[in-house]
This record gives sequence, C-alpha cells and structure tokens, in this order.
Amino acid sequence: MAHRISRLSALLICAALASPSAVSAQENGQFIPVLSYRTGPFAPNGIPWADGIVDYLELLNQRDGGINGVKILYEECETGYATDRGVECYERLKGKGPTGAAFVNPLSTGITFALTEKAPVDKIPLVTAGFGRSESKDGSVFTWNFPLVGTYWTAADVAIQHIAKELGGTDKLSGRKIVLLYHDSPFGKEPIPVLEALAKKRGFQLTMIPVANPGVEQKSQWLQIRQIRPDYVVMWGWGVMNPTAIQEAANVNFPRDKMIGFWFAGAEPDVVPAGANAVGYKALMLQHGAGRAKVHDDLDKFVYGKGLGKSKPVDTGGVLFNRGMVGAMLAVEGIRTAMKKFGNKPMTGEQVRWGLENIDLDEAQLKSLGFEGMISPVKISCADHEGSNKSRLQQWDGKGWKIISDWYTADEAMLAPMLKDAAARYAKEKGITPRDCSKES
Amino acid sequence: MAVFDPVKVAFFVEVLVSGLLSGILYALVALGFVLIFKASGVFNFAQGAMVLVAGLALVRTLNWLEAHLPFWLALLLALSFAGALMTGIAWAVERFVLRKLVNQTALALFMATIGITFVLEGLGQQIFGAQVYKLDIGLPRDNIFALESLFDGGILLNTLDLWSALLAAAIVGALAFFFQWTRTGRALRAVADDHSAAQSVGIPLTRVWFIVWVVAGLVAIAAAAVWGSKVGVQFSLVYVALKALPVIIVGGLTSVPGAILGGLLIGAGEKLAEVYLGPSLGGGIEHWFAYVVALVVLLVRPQGLFGDRIIERI
Amino acid sequence: MFYREAGHFRDNYQADMALFPIREDRIGVSLLLFAAFVAVPLLHLARIGPFSGDYLFNAILIPVLILSVAAIGLNVLVGYCGQISLGAGAFMGIGAYAAYNIAVRVPGMPLIGTFLLAGGVAAVAGVLFGIPSLRIKGLYLAVATLAAQFFFDWCFLRLGWVTNYTPSGSVSAPALVVFGWEADKPVERYLLVLTIAAAVAWGIANLVRGNIGRQWMATRDMDIAAEIIGIRPVEAKLTAFAVSSFILGLAGALWAFANLRSWEPYAFSIDRSFQLLFIVIIGGLGSIVGCFLGAAFIWLLPLVVEAVPRWLSIPISADAAANLTLAAFGVLILLTLIYEPHGLARVWSITKHKLRRWPFPY
Repeated sequence: MAHRISRLSALLICAALASPSAVSAQENGQFIPVLSYRTGPFAPNGIPWADGIVDYLELLNQRDGGINGVKILYEECETGYATDRGVECYERLKGKGPTGAAFVNPLSTGITFALTEKAPVDKIPLVTAGFGRSESKDGSVFTWNFPLVGTYWTAADVAIQHIAKELGGTDKLSGRKIVLLYHDSPFGKEPIPVLEALAKKRGFQLTMIPVANPGVEQKSQWLQIRQIRPDYVVMWGWGVMNPTAIQEAANVNFPRDKMIGFWFAGAEPDVVPAGANAVGYKALMLQHGAGRAKVHDDLDKFVYGKGLGKSKPVDTGGVLFNRGMVGAMLAVEGIRTAMKKFGNKPMTGEQVRWGLENIDLDEAQLKSLGFEGMISPVKISCADHEGSNKSRLQQWDGKGWKIISDWYTADEAMLAPMLKDAAARYAKEKGITPRDCSKES
Repeated sequence: MAVFDPVKVAFFVEVLVSGLLSGILYALVALGFVLIFKASGVFNFAQGAMVLVAGLALVRTLNWLEAHLPFWLALLLALSFAGALMTGIAWAVERFVLRKLVNQTALALFMATIGITFVLEGLGQQIFGAQVYKLDIGLPRDNIFALESLFDGGILLNTLDLWSALLAAAIVGALAFFFQWTRTGRALRAVADDHSAAQSVGIPLTRVWFIVWVVAGLVAIAAAAVWGSKVGVQFSLVYVALKALPVIIVGGLTSVPGAILGGLLIGAGEKLAEVYLGPSLGGGIEHWFAYVVALVVLLVRPQGLFGDRIIERI
Repeated sequence: MFYREAGHFRDNYQADMALFPIREDRIGVSLLLFAAFVAVPLLHLARIGPFSGDYLFNAILIPVLILSVAAIGLNVLVGYCGQISLGAGAFMGIGAYAAYNIAVRVPGMPLIGTFLLAGGVAAVAGVLFGIPSLRIKGLYLAVATLAAQFFFDWCFLRLGWVTNYTPSGSVSAPALVVFGWEADKPVERYLLVLTIAAAVAWGIANLVRGNIGRQWMATRDMDIAAEIIGIRPVEAKLTAFAVSSFILGLAGALWAFANLRSWEPYAFSIDRSFQLLFIVIIGGLGSIVGCFLGAAFIWLLPLVVEAVPRWLSIPISADAAANLTLAAFGVLILLTLIYEPHGLARVWSITKHKLRRWPFPY
C-alpha cells in the first residue's frame, strides 16, 4: 500500500516538476544550473558566492544577449551545503533546457565528490573553480572534472613558499614549527599529503590540529597552539570556523600576521566578525582578490542599473562575489570556446567539456572580458585541467584586503608526481583507462 | 620533578580555567533547557534556534539604531525589542503548539520542538538575513596575564571570556533567586513537582508554561549576546545547543544547580581531554568526549548528578 | 469499499497466521509488487511520462526506498521496543564503511555477502552501544545514543583504515555486481534496492508478529511488568538493538553504494539521525507501512513546498524560497504531530475504515 501512495505522489510531483521545464525546453538557450546555499551554517559565505555567479550570467544576458547570441537560461537550486540535497538538485536540473545542463558548479567539496561519480555517466562537466578533488587536475583520468585556476595542493605549496619568503629563504624553514589548523572534513584534509611531503623535504615540523564541524568552539585547539608556540599557523577553514579561529588567536596572543588562511578562509565574512582582532591576518588568494575591475562597472550599468542585481552594489567587489564571477566567467568561456568549433547554438555537456579543455585566455582576452588584473592567463589542456597554478597573498587591514605579495607558482616538480600517483590510484580503483592526451585535439 | 614544572602547572591551570569559563557559557544555554523541562516536561530542542533568533533580532536592531541614537540607548532598545520578540515566540509556542499537545508522549513533544526549530530558523533567516553580523555590546576584548608572580609568563586570560562568564554567572544567580524567592518561581517549582497537584491548588498551567518559555527566551538573548560577541551572530549559533546537551545530562534534566555544575564539569573535562589526550588520539575528540562523560555519569546515576530520582511503579 | 473484511473463514492454523489473512489484501499487495517490480521498469523502458528520465529513480524512488529500509530498522528500536535513539545515522555510517572495507579488502566477495556482513558489523556495534539502555531510559537514553553518533562520526574521519587511507577521507563505492549482473543504470539500481526493501519489510513484518516481537512490545509498554511476566529485558533490548542496527547498517550500505556512490562522513551525520526519527514518528511508531509513508512524506515534502511557487509562477528569490521551505516543513511537522500524533499509518487505517463504510457511514 505504501508503495502505491508513494508512487502516486511521485507521479504527481514528477508531472508537476516536469511541466515548467517542458515550457522552458521550448525556449532556445543555453541552460546553466546554479547549485547554491543561501540558508544554513555556510550561508554567510554561500550567498555572496552565488550572487557573483548569478549576476555574471545576468550581465551576459543583459549586455551581450547571452553567449554569442545564445541566451543563457539559469535556475538556482538550494543545496544547504548538504550532499543529498545537492545530488537531488543535480538530478532535477541536469536535463533541463534544449541541450541539458552545460556544466555544474556545486560550490561544495562534498557535493563535488558525489557528482564526480555521476558526471561521466551524464556527460556533464563539473566546474570546480578553486575547490574539489586536487588530483582531478589530471584530465586524462578525470575527464569531466575541471578544478580551474587553483587546487588545494597548489594552495598548500604556495602557503609554504610564502612562509619561506617571509623567513628569508627556503633553507630557513628547517627546524621551524608550522601548525595546520583544519576543518575536519574531506575539504580540510585535502592539503595534508602536500604539507607532509613539504615538511619532510624542507625539514620543518608540521603539527595538524583538526577542528570539528562547525567550529564554534576552538579554545582547546588554540591552547594547544599556545603550548606548541609555532612560527606559523596555516588555516584550512570554511564558514564560522574562520572568525572563531581569529578571535581565539587573539585570545592566546598569537600574532595574526603569522596566520595564513587558505583562500576559503580569506573573505570578508571570515574577518569582519572578529573586528579589530583580525587586523594583520593574511590569506591566500584564488588568483583574484577583493576589488573592482571593468566588469564591475558593466555590472553596475547593465544589471544593478536595471535593478536586477542579487547582491547590494557595495558588496559586488567582495572576495566571494568575485570568486563567483570568475568561476562563471571561466565556465562561460568554455562554452564560447566550444561554440567556435560547434557553431553558435546551445551546446551539449559533451561539447562544453571539449570547450573547457581548450580554454586559452591570455591577458588581452581577460582585459576585453573586463577581468584585467583579477586572474592570470589560463590555458587548459587534456593533461592539465587546472589551467593556472598561481596564487598571491592578501592581508586584512581592518577595512579591506590588501595584496601583499607577487604571484607564486606552485612547484610542479614536486606536485606532478604526487598528482599522478593519486590519479592513478583513483583510475585503478574505478577501473578507468586514462585517455592518451597526445591524441586529443 | 616534572610534575611540578611551573610552566606545565601554569599551562594546566590555563587549560582548566578556560575550560571552566567555557563551561559557564554551556551552563547558560543548558539552563534554558532545564527551565522548560522542569516546568513542562518538554525537552526543548528549539533552544539553539531561539539563541539564533534572539541574536539576529538583537544585532540587526542594534546596528540599525546605533546610527541614530547614543550607544547605551540603542543597546537598551535593541535588548527590549529582542525581549519582546522572544515573549511573542513564547506566547505563540504555548498557544499554538504546547496547548494542543497536552498529554502527548515526551517523544512527540521533543519532535514538536524540532518542528519549532525549523520554523524559527526559516523565518529568522528570512526576516533578519542569513549573513554573519558583527555584534559589539561593549564588552572588552583585551588579554590579561594573571598570577605573573607565581608562574613564569603568567596565566593568560581573555577579558571577553571573563566578562561573558561574569554575565552568565549573574544571570544564573538571578534565576536561582527568581525560582527560590518569588511567587511565580514557587508556582513554577510546584508545577515541576506535580502538574495535576499544582493545577488542583489553582496554579494556571498554561500561564506557567508561557512564563518559562519567556524566561528561556531571555536566557537565549543572554547566550546570543555572549556567543555573538565572540563569533558574530550567524546561523552556527544553533549548534551551541548541541554543546549543552551533555551538560544537562550530566547535571540532570531537572536541576538548575546541576546545569551549572554539569557545565563546569563538561567544559573543563573536554578541554583537558582535548589538550592532553587529543594529540595521541588524532585530535578532535572533545565533541564526543563530552557525550562519553555524560554516558559514564548516567551509568552510575541514571538520572544525572542532581536529577530527580526516577521512581517507577506498575 | 469494494471488499469486506468479514466473511473469511479459515479452517487451519496456517491460514489463520498468514501475513495477509484476507484474500483481497493478498491481491492488492501482489498488484502493488507487480507494479513496482514490473510495471515501473517497463514504463521506464517505454519512456512514458515521468518514468522516462533518471530523475524519478535517482532523486526520488531510490532514496525514498533506502530511507524506508532505514526507518524500518529504527522503528524496530523506537516503535517496537520503545528505546529512543538519536544515533541511527551513525549505524548507517558503520554499515556503509564496513561494506566499503569489505569490498576493498576482500576481492571476490559477492555483493549480497558484503551487504549482510556490513549489517552484521553494524549489529555488533549496536549491541555494544545498546548495553547502556539496560540502565538508562527515555530522554536520557536518547542523549546517550548521541555519544554513539559523535564517536562514530569521529572514527570515520580520524581512523585511516576506515577509509582505506584515502587522503581526503572521502571514498567511493565499487561497481554493483549481483550474480554477474551489473546494476549501473538507475532503473537497475532501483530494482536492487526495491528487492532488498521488500525482503526487509517482509522479514520484519514476520519478526514482530513472533515471540521476539512480542517481547519487544511488552518491554516497550512497560518494562518492569514485562520482566515480571518472565521476559528478560537484557535479551529483549539487546536483540532489538542488534536487529535495528543490522537493518540500519544494510540501509547505510545501500545509501552509500546504490544512492551516493561516493560519500564523505557527513552523509551520516546527526542530521540523518533526526531525519530518520522524523520518518518513524510521522509515519507511525510501530508500523511497517508507516515507514514507507513517512519516508515518502519527509523526502517529498521539501521538494513539493519548494515547487509550489514554481507551479503557480510566483516570482520568489532562491533564498526566500529556501527559508520558507524550511519554515513550512516545520509547520507541517507540527500540524502532523498535533492532528495525527499516531502518524500517517493511522491516517491510512482511518481512510481504509471510512472506505469500508462508504457510501453508508454511521
């Protein structure tokens, strides 16, 4: 009996859910799903991030009439940062629009892990700009994953490079103490292999201290840090964990300028609640930082001028807002690249995948897109799905983020073999035969 | 010799003190649970959501009023607004939920409070926003070093923690006074002892329930003010409730002094465990350690340290 | 209604003890099973209506069926034996990680064997954490089971061998191969899950009618009285914990292998425990049908509430929709508790009752 009821209601719901999509299927355009979280514990970070994505897509529609004249149809779906809801959103939206979802950007490491299994089956590329599995940089194994412009491993290497530079040279790292304070989840554990390898190579002492989700209480972790007296604390946090850590660092008199946050611990919601205590705190940048570029002027004119903006105009230059825009821009450029080969019509996931793999954005193109100075040139290939392994550092001065370093490039000599091992391990586990990248065009 | 190493002793004292200070904050949240359980037998899971809503109401009105009014007046008005809101919530909960669920099992009432949690979280975020808001109610944030003459380097204390603890202690004291010496307090205790007996001597049950929910709401404002000054007012405040659960279990669901002592015990215990046992186990143990302590206490005393003895009859 | 429950005369004990003593019920259940096992896959193959895509299977039928199995497991403990547990998510997690470890470390182990062993591991853990229930009762026990939840959450994150030393601690399931048949399409995974769900429902429905089930219910209704009439509480409570955890472990393995395919420890967090407890209470304590109804209700409700503004074409921003969904979900739970505290199973039986009298109610 239960089956009958559930089946009946399932039928009703499916019919209902399907009917609006049937309407939009008639409409010609490129469908892009937006998985976001505007409620729940990670909403303070998720809202500006999602705003950036949606506003950029709206800008393209308003300013250019879409991508090469193909209108963008987008729909947001609330995941609440929960994996099962993210998967439901993906299943619901993957077939929408005339050609299905162009790509998916899940904004969450957990959902990325779950979708990594589903994307190859549905032939939808996963665009994870600045997050996701680090080893998915290897496009020969992870055909459908695109951890664009920065993986966690790149970040870990750059963080140590910067510490070495502050100390006065790589050789000065020897004998130093560095603490990794991380969010106790796959997200926080990603950098551990790289940091361990670096500790061995450079001779510094690495202590890893986990913080249980969500991280509102970190007294004992910081007392441990006070006891260890490390030279630096590298922080891999997300959400409320970050301002709490900064506040507790102040409580144990740990200098904030010796704290280096990861790029998801380096946005306004991470420092503002800690008030004056956050002054001096440093964080990595996912290439871009806070601040405005030409694209923001267009945004004011075409989106906010018409009252279509999601965010408040004053917040459009924020770190996470910019992250959303950069992620959306890169994926859209993938679609544009695909259109060059397949023609100006809505692209399928498979075509977008080809496009993403052939993205080649130089300074001039970035400038014409309005992103000058925000990111470095990006060139993606079958073997390298990251496209640019550079990062910079910024420091919070109480009012805004100031860029304090030049570009660092991750040490590929060290990371590449590790990456290859991890990807090979995954390929073996899943029975994937890696593509031969020399044969891809 | 090593045992009396002053640096180590100082560090131990530091861990212990900071544990006790956190413990007082846990006790503050735990009190909200105990008050409601005592008077109505409801295990109120919505306490965390109440802390969130109270905090959001406080910080949003404060930030808005600060621009127009002197700080103390703005703070006062914001506090009164939050108080009025919590009173309204208490009225609605009593009128529309509790009154309809009289004579239901404890489990159904517990699930109902989870339903209330969803309503409060959804509406709270919708009305007041889901961003993180900085809360500054004028508590100092400097560090001080105590007992420097005794230990090398002294013992580090943070004034924010100290003031929070003082505030919490004051509220706990006021509540104890309220329960022990006022007419309403006596009525509450009577209801807690025996619903029907209290009703038969003319104590209005529904009004008593309303009052405890108001008091729990006011406790939630205090908790929100304290935790909000530390980490900003944001959704994660609801998790503070999960920290308070082992506290009430250790202390006993029905005991106000139990909540306070349980808070101190759990606060100090989990910090010491994390700092001294954590590294050898891989860290991050304090979360379950508190619950295991609670479990062990329950095995010895199934009603918690100070809870009313459970008497079963056939 | 179109059939009556009276007038069925049974002349042997076997017929008297049957799971569905009324012929029409048997026909109804057979039709239902036929629809689920044959008609739905055929409709899918024929690409008819909502059955054509993956959405119905991946996002609705598979999760709802697995949650129903898990809810049956929790219902054994909460509904039949009266022991409140907030650690159901952890036992699902144990099943998932045990299945993963068996699959990785014992090559050649058949899938069914993997699932059963995973359930067995969860059952052992369940008995261990069930021991305190001999001394702790009611809400105290509920909070004590949270110790299991948080302890196992920590184990999944911290113990390297649990995740086969995967650096990030996130693992993925191997291919689902049952007797040489690889269930990789959504509809195939649906059939696998459906088979297990039907088997579990049938098994537990029989178990609770037997000696052990009656012991559980006696313990639930009043444990002291049960002890006096000769039921050993140790045996009754620990078997309930064992059976409950076994099914939860099985459901966890299914959730990981057939639904998520790749997961991190938060898939089995305390939120999952609460979700299961909701399913059991909304569905109806001590009812197998209620587990299916409750799972469907809890899973579909947010989707429907969220979809309402879309059906009516009301422009509403994504965040407002999410917040109002949450609030509406809370209100509906409150309404269910207030107006039908015995759950959807009771609504179902009232409906049946009304239909039986129709069109001449009295």
